[in-house]
Amino acid sequence: MNSITLGLKKWWIPGLLLVVLLLLAGLPRFASLYNVVLVTSILMYIILTQSWVLFSGPTGYMSLATAAFFGVGIYTAAILGWKLPLPVVIVTAGLLSSLLALVVGALTLRLRGIYFIIFTLGLVELIKNVVLWHAIKFTGARGRFVVLVDNNTIYYLMLFILVVLLLTTYLIRRSRYGLAMRSIGEDEEAAAHVGVNVTMVKVITFAISASFMGAVGAIIATRWTYIDPYIAFKSLYSFMPVLMAIFGGMGQLYGPILGAAVFAYLEEVLITKFPYYYMLLFGVILLVTILYLPDGLVGLVQRLRRGGWARGQHANT
Amino acid sequence: MPILEGEGLTKHFGGLAAVSRVDFSVEEGEIVGLIGPNGAGKTTLFNLISGALVPKEGTVRFQDRKINGLKPHRICRMGLARTFQSVKVFPNMPVFENVLLGSLFGTSGGMSSADAAGEAEKALEFVGLSALSSIPAKDLTLANQKRVEVASALATQPELLLLDEMMAGLNATEVAEAMELAGRIHDRGITVFMIEHVMRAIMNVCDRIMVLHHGEKIAEGTPQEIAASKTVIEVYLGE
Repeated sequence: MNSITLGLKKWWIPGLLLVVLLLLAGLPRFASLYNVVLVTSILMYIILTQSWVLFSGPTGYMSLATAAFFGVGIYTAAILGWKLPLPVVIVTAGLLSSLLALVVGALTLRLRGIYFIIFTLGLVELIKNVVLWHAIKFTGARGRFVVLVDNNTIYYLMLFILVVLLLTTYLIRRSRYGLAMRSIGEDEEAAAHVGVNVTMVKVITFAISASFMGAVGAIIATRWTYIDPYIAFKSLYSFMPVLMAIFGGMGQLYGPILGAAVFAYLEEVLITKFPYYYMLLFGVILLVTILYLPDGLVGLVQRLRRGGWARGQHANT
Repeated sequence: MPILEGEGLTKHFGGLAAVSRVDFSVEEGEIVGLIGPNGAGKTTLFNLISGALVPKEGTVRFQDRKINGLKPHRICRMGLARTFQSVKVFPNMPVFENVLLGSLFGTSGGMSSADAAGEAEKALEFVGLSALSSIPAKDLTLANQKRVEVASALATQPELLLLDEMMAGLNATEVAEAMELAGRIHDRGITVFMIEHVMRAIMNVCDRIMVLHHGEKIAEGTPQEIAASKTVIEVYLGE
């Protein structure tokens, strides 16, 4: 009896995840175009959030560079999308973003706390302005057109990237590499002194996380048809993953996923229902979450379940 | 041939010379004590050896290889481990994972996960913490946290272990246990270099003692010589 409950506890999340993924795989067959597009942007936010958590969660380094890597992906699609097949473009975007992360990481991951946060935010502005300067000086136009791809293809690519990301996260978490990342978050100096190559672990994870952000940028760009530096390197994309992760709760693997999904859906609903007040409502929801749900949605779920179990145990005795 | 050798080590913090032109050596198989009043530069000297800090001048040689300028993880993998004065454990990780990090990452050749887990268990048994292996390190007493640190360091299979005030903040019983542990580490053939304020401990355990004051080495000798040294008494008690 006990082992069955334990087994259930162990398997219900992966099981649920599998069911959800299967449902998502069949979505374009039964859902309207609007819903496919909506779920695509939810998937995009889940990937951005989860790849942010991949690095910033265990190591404790708050990166606000997401928009930079995302934007590099967007521009890769805008430039290469006309000449190369989409999968090649997406892989290239991932590689370019991780290359940028390697360089930036090697230079800046010695910075800690607030300095690192500010630098990563500055990076987004820096790249935005360099791209803007280049565009105006050499192409004479601020923006670019992006090759069009049909919505179902975009949707399935997004889903595929998400599956790869979840597998990567899972494998890293249970490997020795994941242990090393957590040790950095707990005490970096102690980690270095028991033999963890802290710089390498940080830089490589930063690059892995950036590659997913770049890939997602390349995919979503094909839906936007026109981009310019202000669209591609919008600092909102740096803050959203952080907010979504906090909203969902970072204690569990499914927290950020849940957070991103609910948050992104909420955004869509609020924006369509209350176009003028949606930012205000958003702010209120965030404040309430931080004040009353410090562990995010995950904390709420756990509290409800614990309440339920406690009552069940009481009935047994 | 000394296992660890320092030559003209100097480190400034702003205008203050925390360590200034210190020469020292530790022979293989010795237990050497490092004492001195607060602010004498003892921990700074350890930081220079372990790679936490890079000396402004001078060299550190470990097993005849220059190690100053190397990253801490490289030095650790060469066989030089340390503990910290202010205990540095990984607070939210279970005791076992704390130690596993050492055997997974800190050994010279690296090892398989299964071997690393075995080594970690052995290290925990050696310090007497097997029963607590699944408890988060932050929930342990100070004395036990220090043991976790020692176990992590031992899991890296060091030739030389730097112990920074392993006995500070412990009660009399715990000090006795820590002394016994230091002795057993030494019996395993590991050279020990330790900073300690507990005089009884250092006088009993060490083969040789060095005294630092204002960043300079002012005395060195056997425990008896140090206990009788006029300079050392003046430094500790005033003139």
